[in-house]
Amino acid sequence: MTPILQVKGLTKQFGGLVAVNDVSFDVQPNEILSVIGPNGAGKSTIFKLISSFLRPTRGEVLFKGERISGLAPHVVARKGVVRTFQETTIFKGLTARDSVIAAHHLRSRAGLIGYYFETGLARRDEEAFGRSSDEILDFLGLGEVKNEIASNLPHGYLRALGIAIGLAASPQVLLLDEPFAGMNHKETRHAVELVRAVRRRGVTVLLVEHDMAAVMKISDRVVVINFGSKIAEGTPAHIQKNDRVIEAYLGVEDESIGL
Amino acid sequence: MFRPLRLAGLAVFLLAVFLAVPLAIKAAGRTDFYYTLSSVALLAIASSGVWLMFYIGRINIGQGAFALMGGYVSAILVTSAGVSFWLSLPLAGLFCTAVSILVGLPILRLRGVYFAMVTLVLTEVARLLALALPITNGAKGITSIPAPGAIGAFGLTLVPAFDTFAERNIAFYYLSTIMMTLCFAALYRLVHSRIGRIFVAMQQNEELASSMGINVPAMRIIAYAISSFLGGVAGAIFIAIAQSIYPSSFTVNDSINFMLNCFVGGLGYVFGPMLGTLVLYFGWDLLFAIGQYQLLIYSGVMVLLMLVLPNGLLSIRFHSWRWSWHKT
Repeated sequence: MTPILQVKGLTKQFGGLVAVNDVSFDVQPNEILSVIGPNGAGKSTIFKLISSFLRPTRGEVLFKGERISGLAPHVVARKGVVRTFQETTIFKGLTARDSVIAAHHLRSRAGLIGYYFETGLARRDEEAFGRSSDEILDFLGLGEVKNEIASNLPHGYLRALGIAIGLAASPQVLLLDEPFAGMNHKETRHAVELVRAVRRRGVTVLLVEHDMAAVMKISDRVVVINFGSKIAEGTPAHIQKNDRVIEAYLGVEDESIGL
Repeated sequence: MFRPLRLAGLAVFLLAVFLAVPLAIKAAGRTDFYYTLSSVALLAIASSGVWLMFYIGRINIGQGAFALMGGYVSAILVTSAGVSFWLSLPLAGLFCTAVSILVGLPILRLRGVYFAMVTLVLTEVARLLALALPITNGAKGITSIPAPGAIGAFGLTLVPAFDTFAERNIAFYYLSTIMMTLCFAALYRLVHSRIGRIFVAMQQNEELASSMGINVPAMRIIAYAISSFLGGVAGAIFIAIAQSIYPSSFTVNDSINFMLNCFVGGLGYVFGPMLGTLVLYFGWDLLFAIGQYQLLIYSGVMVLLMLVLPNGLLSIRFHSWRWSWHKT
């Protein structure tokens, strides 16, 4: 099977600091792959490099064999690689439904002029977006709260709304930014189900996370990053037994980090 | 698109501006008000451009530069090239649009106070350019600009030459208010179309907007180009009324006032800048009687207004409206 996303020798330097150092891995179609690592390991930088919010110093990211590094973020989104944000950054003033409708921009067929004069095509677009938004919101269990202002929604719903906004762009690869951060057990279980449901829609999921329990439950494969370098890659069972991972991530529980 | 309440509001507005006000002015015999209200209408047009920039999340304190530029382009075209005022008006707007695209490409990458600071400097740059360039005639400016001529088609005079009016300012009043109505109608449509939603998305989070596939840099340029077009057109009509233009015709003070008009009226409402301009223009004039304390009291009232009504005057009526600027 040809990988849908290939990360090749990705390196990012901020001045003298090497945040990401020669990281390579492949993402297979329709798999759930997690990138994990201790705080400050460079996970978020990798995430931004893949979604093209940062340019790599060296190396590249290929989507279906085509280089996407260095393209503008909106172009990468148009190709089918869409990132989500943690809940702090969704449209707080809009209702959940309006946010998702707004996120359908990529599917619009009418141009700006068409929207300005509300041509028939623009109206049909808008109706289609409304239907599709309702479908996505129901799918993620947000149907009951879809007319609430986003800033009034509780934590768990906001995370789901973030995923809904990502799905509205009909991605082939969805990048999830710490989807389980700050969640309790019950919320995490629910979120894990959501991510699995997203995969059942035929979407490849790449997530950056440090909730080990959830990652082990959900991932097909895991990539472990420490100090900017990849130290392990494999199935959750394989990763859990890896000495370097235990040393870097799990074995420091009692030491300076104080986790 | 046209709900009964909106339609009624529009009718009241049109009747007031095009019928009630001229009749009242006639009854009171205060024809100087034509000039005052024309100024308000034109300043409201320029402010609406600044408002649009607020709507995409940028503080634009450089609208004075484009008003000055539009004024000079129109003045030079009319006096040196013999172009009709009516043709110079869109040309002034388009010139400002072109300049704003060139200027905007680098500076629109800045956000918050950084963008605001650069735009503040733009007004000063425009003034210094007007002083230095040979074509603008330096500090002496361009004077005795002829009044707008007639517009005719197929032997019919659609708009008579402004010099044939007994009271020239009546003609300018109608020109300014019609332009204002058109600009605000166009802006209302823009904001309430899907483009408006894209702008709100950008205002709230540019990264999220671009992850949805919105070409954020291009949309920013479009908003800035519209904003500057409005500034240029307003400046060009202003200069036609004054019949003269100097490098100091629009200064940093004007740029700041354009911004304040938006604040006072309300950043969440299309008609905010129109109301804000009206209130601030007359407020300033009313305070003139106080003499040396004018600026002190004016500034004090501004600070109070922002504390008590952070969403602007229009928020008094619609404070339950869905979207408000300060809910972050």
